[in-house]
Formats: sequence, structure tokens, C-alpha cells
Amino acid sequence: MNELPGGIPNMLAPRGIAAQHLATLGWVLIVISIIVLILVLIALLVPLGRDREHGVDHEPGYKAREHTFVLVIGAAIPALILLGVYLYSMKDIGLWEFGSHSTADVEVIGHQFWWEVRYPKLGIHTANEIYIPSGTRVRIALMSSDVIHSFWVPQLHGKLDLIPGRVNRFWIEADSAGQYRGECAEFCGPQHAHMDFTVVAVPKGEFSRWAAEQQKPAAPPADPAAAEGRRAFQFAGCAYCHTVNGNGAAGRVGPDLTHFASRLTIGAGMLPNTRGALAGWVVGAQHLKPGVRMPDVTMSGEELQAVLAYLEGLR
Amino acid sequence: MGVTAASLNERLDFLWETPRTLMGALTTVDHKTLGKRYLITAFVFLCLGGIEAAIMRAQLARPGEHLLSPEAYNQLFSMHGTTMMFLYAAPVLSGFSNYFVPLLVGSRDLSYPRLNAFSYWIFLFAGVFLYSSFLVGAAPNGGWFNYVPLTTRPFDPGINIDFYNIALIFLSVSTTVGAINFIVTILRMRAPGMTLGRMPIYLWSTLSTSAVILFSLPALTGACLMLELDRRLGTHFFDPNGGGSSLLWQHLFWAFGHPWVYVVVLPGFGIVSMALPVFVRRPLAAFEYVAMSTVAIAIIGFGVWAHHMFAVGLPTVGMGFFSAASMIIVLPSGISVTAWLLTSWTGRPVYTTSYLFILGFLVIFVIGGLSGVITGIVPFDWQIHDTYFVVAHLHYVLIGANLFPVVAGVYYWFPKMTGRLMSERIGKWSFWLMFIGFNVGFFPMHIAGIFGMPRRVYTYYEGMGLDTVNMVETIGAYIFAVGVLVFIVNVILSARHGPLSGANPWNGATLEWSTPSPPPPYNFEVIPVVTTRDPMWDEPLENIRGGNADPSRTLTSGRETLTTSVMHARPVGILHMAEDSIWPLLLALSLTILAYSSLLDVTIVSVVAGVAALLSIGGWFWPEPVREREGSIS
Repeated sequence: MNELPGGIPNMLAPRGIAAQHLATLGWVLIVISIIVLILVLIALLVPLGRDREHGVDHEPGYKAREHTFVLVIGAAIPALILLGVYLYSMKDIGLWEFGSHSTADVEVIGHQFWWEVRYPKLGIHTANEIYIPSGTRVRIALMSSDVIHSFWVPQLHGKLDLIPGRVNRFWIEADSAGQYRGECAEFCGPQHAHMDFTVVAVPKGEFSRWAAEQQKPAAPPADPAAAEGRRAFQFAGCAYCHTVNGNGAAGRVGPDLTHFASRLTIGAGMLPNTRGALAGWVVGAQHLKPGVRMPDVTMSGEELQAVLAYLEGLR
Repeated sequence: MGVTAASLNERLDFLWETPRTLMGALTTVDHKTLGKRYLITAFVFLCLGGIEAAIMRAQLARPGEHLLSPEAYNQLFSMHGTTMMFLYAAPVLSGFSNYFVPLLVGSRDLSYPRLNAFSYWIFLFAGVFLYSSFLVGAAPNGGWFNYVPLTTRPFDPGINIDFYNIALIFLSVSTTVGAINFIVTILRMRAPGMTLGRMPIYLWSTLSTSAVILFSLPALTGACLMLELDRRLGTHFFDPNGGGSSLLWQHLFWAFGHPWVYVVVLPGFGIVSMALPVFVRRPLAAFEYVAMSTVAIAIIGFGVWAHHMFAVGLPTVGMGFFSAASMIIVLPSGISVTAWLLTSWTGRPVYTTSYLFILGFLVIFVIGGLSGVITGIVPFDWQIHDTYFVVAHLHYVLIGANLFPVVAGVYYWFPKMTGRLMSERIGKWSFWLMFIGFNVGFFPMHIAGIFGMPRRVYTYYEGMGLDTVNMVETIGAYIFAVGVLVFIVNVILSARHGPLSGANPWNGATLEWSTPSPPPPYNFEVIPVVTTRDPMWDEPLENIRGGNADPSRTLTSGRETLTTSVMHARPVGILHMAEDSIWPLLLALSLTILAYSSLLDVTIVSVVAGVAALLSIGGWFWPEPVREREGSIS
């Protein structure tokens, strides 16, 4: 079974106000479509049961009647239905609007194949995980550092693209605390399939505690093994790509690892954040996620254990 | 001057027949030969695209499958889409149009026979060029939509994308000259009396489609050229850091891409409008509305492209406009569907395999149309865009309105092309396997999309509600593939062993059925005269064929056919048609060498190939002695 956070990202099981609107609209569309389909199927099946010797009715005026029939059934009635559906849908077309004077609470920057997450007002840097206070509208700015990605948390809102050279803005809001799965929805290269993230909605008080923890620099190594791990982390080149704030590592290519141990997953929603999965990821990222930027790191068993101990201490 | 039928046929055979030699095969400009080649080549590409799909479905049958690497999967889905859209769906319809437009208008060939041969060769070579990318393990990997910046050099440094760009630029040459040929033939070469109002619907759809090609394809050709310049010469059309735009590609691509959807479905509608009335034994209801709907779809199709882009962050008003246009284009389709339903309601249907495929088309296309309305509604599209729901939708539209009508068209016109009937028994098997397999394979994709499965993923996680639907999809897709194979086997067996059909086995209404099956190289020994929409139903055959006495209708002093006025099809002149020629093939070969040399950056070869192309054009237009006119009929 799946041990990854966030349930099935079912758009018709909404957990936020925006997704609720979209799900209602979706049900209206689906039900109308099914009714129309049934009517067409009935119309198709009618001639099956008819007397085959009865030919076309050549009474005077039949052509004009056929024209009227086609115009009414084929165009006029559908036009009324479509107009109704269209106008009904327009009530939701402003659903993502952000308010032009607001600034973003969260900035999300797409990378091949992970999500950089920043809280500019709080000075927090994290990755592949977006903590939000439940019941609150959280404004998000979307950017990309490389190719086009698309930000999609089906249970909270529709999708919006991250486009290099542009900033797209919208918002998400979760009704209640919970974990909601997010995905990249625009083909972005070999590992598009494994570019997920988790939105973690928590009560306001808990959000403040989380933010306070995240704002701290990294914990210094707690024991000799972790201290050895910190050296190995530098020596093996991890620091070229990863930042550990306060511990001297300041790479900007991969995710910020300052509070790595507090996260739920590894590899952009791919693996649960356990010691075993982490070991596999460090030495065999290319095997687990071929095409990811993270190389397979060569290190001895002791070094690996030390690095794991160090990373697990980054709470 | 009295003429016997035998001596007239002898004379026309002498003028029009291509020798059955290798040279004859390479030089022929006969639209029927080229049409069959188009059809066969397109079906070969359909099979290749189908094999790619079958491999992908094996990879997706179970979660976390390791049959394919991500890169291999991405190359397969890119080639699947590119193949089906460019090498199957449009060319297969060109095949029908090549074969049947001259027969339907009552002419002896298309207006530019050599251009037609050139168009086929370029299509074939562009396909071979694109597929040769597999030999070097560098097939296009950016999807058929090829979005930048993923396909710019920094993110895709191999030659994968160059194969795509160059192949499509060359293919666009083929498609464009084909479209010009159809437009001129339909407007200027209709049989005397075939006014615009009497023109069969298939010609309306070919005419509309050809116009759409002329006005939409330049957007794609230009975009591919710009991308190739970005990749090769360091221009910045698509590079936001250099003042370009990463969204420009999407606008150009879809300004082409959405009209292209109508290019690959409108002729399918045309086939249905031809065959359905024959199988229900009455004229098409509301003929004028169906003809005008075809034109309307072609025009409105240019105003809907941004509905592929509702998630890129367009202004709200813009999205509202494109959504409204997407609703409006439903109406002409609704008119056509209603006209077909009414026709079958009030007719006396004969349930042939061809008619079954038409009924299958109606069911599948209506489902695809309804899911199209759902995707055209902006707010809900934010949810289903780029999910498997859209994969389901587009296959319902394209397989529904292209493949099913095409197969119906093959069953309908096969006797005309070969003189033999296809097996109805095998045909019914092929229909039920394809119809059931298709729905089992593709309907669950709607559900996968609603459960949040994005498109273009090479695998998915276990336990996310996707395991069962994907397994069912794979099983259905394989049943569907078996149905297609049964159909192909039927074609091959029936071509050799099918019962002889005679000239008009279905009691068809239009001019092609007035010729023998298969038609002679010159199609009509006497240029026919038309007085109604359904000449074969309304007129005695002698009136259509006319006598052999009138030299202005037998046209025997060379390869000649009649040219007529646009609106009323009044005879205005005699057209001298081009003789067979090797130059179209040589020009296409030179351009293919140019394609490879520009791919591999071998300048000297490019120069030589360019000169060879110019020389071929010179040879093509070099004045030839008019074919001898002796042996006049006594």
C-alpha cells in the first residue's frame, strides 16, 4: 500500500472552497453530458426497431420540415443549454484572482524535478512541502527556474502553470487540517512523473510553531557521528548543491536541507522520509529516479551512516 | 464522326496508362495509384503508432512498472502523437481525397498531377526521416506539442528535437501542395452541371479542410523554423532571458494545432455524409445545413486555440472569449449529427459493416464532443487540463471521428478501388472488437483523470486509485488493437479473394459509382454531365455518361480534361494534364538529403542537395514535346 502523505488527489472530493466550487461545476457538466448522451443513444437505436420497408416520407414540404427539425434539435436547443452552462461557469472564472495589491505569502519555484518553497514574509526556505494554516486563504506566486511546470493540488484548487520569465499568482485554501497531494501537471522532462509535493494544512497555532522552528538555523550536530556526517556531507560534495543554513553549506541547485528531517518525503513526494529510503536515495538517486539532477553519491558505509545521522538531526 | 467504344478506350488507355515497369512506378502521376499509396503508407504509420501505444500500455498496466526507462517512454509518447497526427490522420484522408476527388468531380485527374506525386514522395520521406531517429536512439522526446523551453537546446541538447522540427517543416510542404491541388480541382474541374449546390458533402469537407491547412500550417512551419534557429543559431524567439517568450510557442502551435483537429476530422464527417445515405437508402437530410456546417467548423476552428492554454494564466476576459468560441463550434457539429440521425431514422438501413462503423462513429464522437464541452468550460478545465480525462477526450474525438469513418470509408469504397467486396463476416468481427475494445480501453481514462492522473507520466504510484483503471485500459487497448489487425487482415484477404463487386455494389449515388471497378486510368471515357445532387439515383446512366460522339467530351487529343467555372461548373476550357515524370521524385529525394545534411550540419552536402533540388525543379518545368497526336480515331 501507499505510505506517502496525502490521499488520492480526487478533484471531486474537494477539501477547500475553490475546489468545492469546481467540483460542483464538474458534477453539473457531467450530469448534463450523461443525459444528452442517453438521448442520443435512444435516437440512434430508434431505427433498429423500425419497419425496413417503410421508405422516406415524400409528402410535400418534408424537406422544409427536415430543415426545421435539424436546426431546432441540432442547434437551437444545444445553443440554449450551452449558453446556460457557459453563463453558469462564468461565476467561477474569477476564482483564482489574487487581488492586485496583495503580496504573496508563499513563493513556489519549479525546478526539474522538485518544488522550491519560500515564505518571503517569514524568511523560510523549504522544498516539496507547503505548510498552510487551515481555513485561511494563502496567496501563492508561481515561478520557474527552468522549463514550464504546473502547480496542481486537485483537492484544493485547479492548476496553474509555472512559466519561466513570468509570475503567475493565485491562492489555495484548505477547509480543515490535513495533508493534500500536489502534482506537476505539465510535461517537464524525464521525471515529470515524480514531481509531487504535499500541502500540509494545520491549525493556526500549530502553523506558528512550525514557522518558528523553520526560521531557526540548522541544529548543530548533536553527537560525534553526526559531526562526522557533517564533514562527510561537505567532503562528498553535497554542499555544492544543497544549503544547510548555519552549517556552512550554501548550494542552490537542490532543495534546502536546513530542516530536512522535519519533512514527510524524499525525492519530491517519491519516498517516505525514513532512514532506509534516505540511504537508498543518497547512493542511488539515479536508479530510483533516472534523470534527476541528484547524482549517485559514492561513499563508504561508515560515511553513509554518518551522513544519515547528520541529516536525521536536521529537525 | 462515329466512334466505337472499343477504339475510344484503346485511345484513352494509350494516352493515360502508366507502363507497369519500375520506371512507371517511380514516374506515375496517376491520382488513383498515388491515393492507394497514401492510404497504405498511412496505415503502415497507424500500425507503427499503434505499436508504440501498445508498448506504453504495457508499461502503464501496473504501477511502478520498469519495462521502459523514462526517456524511452517519453520518446514513445512523443512519436505516438506525432505519428498519429501527422503521418496517419491527415495523410489517410489525403489518400481518400487523392483517389476520390477526381472521381467525385468527374475529372480525369487532379489539377496538378506532378505536384501530387511530389506531395506523396515528400510525405513518405518525411516519415522515413522522422523514424530514422529511432536508429540513433534519438527520437523526438518533447511530445507532439513540443513545448519550449523544454525543447530548447539547454534542456534538450541532442538531435531529438531537430528530427521533429525538420521532419515537420518538410511534411508541411507536402500537406500544403496537396491542399492547393484539392482546392483548384474542386473549384475548377467539376463536371459540367455540378454547381456548388450539387457538390457532394465529401468535396465540401475536402475543400474546407484544404483551406484550413493553407491558413493554419504556416504557424507551425514558422514555429519549427524559429525553434530551429534558436537551437542552431542562438536566436532568442523563445528564450525569456533574451527578450523572447516561452508562451509564444504555445500560441503558434495551437493556432495551428486546433484547426488541425478539424483537418483530421472534417473529411471523416465527409465520408459519413457520403456513405450513410447510401446505406439507409435515402438522400442526406438537411444537405445544405450539413454543407454549411462544414464550412462553419473550418472557420470557427481558428478562434478556439487558447482553450488549450487555460492554465497558463491568461487574462480572464480572454479565457471567457475562447471558452465561448469553443461552445459555439459545438453547434455546427450538432447540426451535422442531427442530420445524420434524422437521415438514418427516416431511411431503410442496411446493416453493412461500413454502416456499423458509422453508427460506432456517432456514439464515440458524441461522447468525445460532450467531454469536449466539459474541457472547454474554463474553471473546470483548470482541474481536468493535462490529465487522463483529456487523453480520453482526444482519443474519443480522433479515433471516433477519424479512424472509425476511415474504416467505414474503406469498407464502402474498397470495391471501387479493387473491384472486390470485403468480407462482411470478418468485417463484423473487426467492428465489434474495435468498438468494444476502444470503449473498454479509453472510457476508464476519464476516471483516471478525475482521480488526478496527469498526462505524459511514465508510471504512477500504487494505491492511488489508479491500479484497476489502468489495467482495464491496457486490456481494452489490446482488444482494440486486435480489432484493427482483423480489419487489416480482411483488407489483404479481400483484395485477393473477395467476390467481384461490379461497378456499383451499394447502389451509391455519386459519380465515382458510374465508372467500372476499379476505374480505368482515365476515370471517365466521356466527361460526365450532372443535373442533380445524386446523379446515380436521379438520372439514367446513359445521361451521365453521354455518347461517345462528342469530341468536346471525349477529349482524346492528349491527356486532357475539362475545366469549368467556379460557381456553376460551365465548361470554360480544356486542360492539358502533365505526363508522368521522374522529376517530382528527384526533387523530393534532393530535399530529403537536404533534411539529413541540415540535421547533421554537413554544409557541403546541403549545398549539393540544394543545387540538385533547383535542377530538379528546372527539369520538372522543362518544356516537353507534346505527346504525339497521331492515331486519331477513325
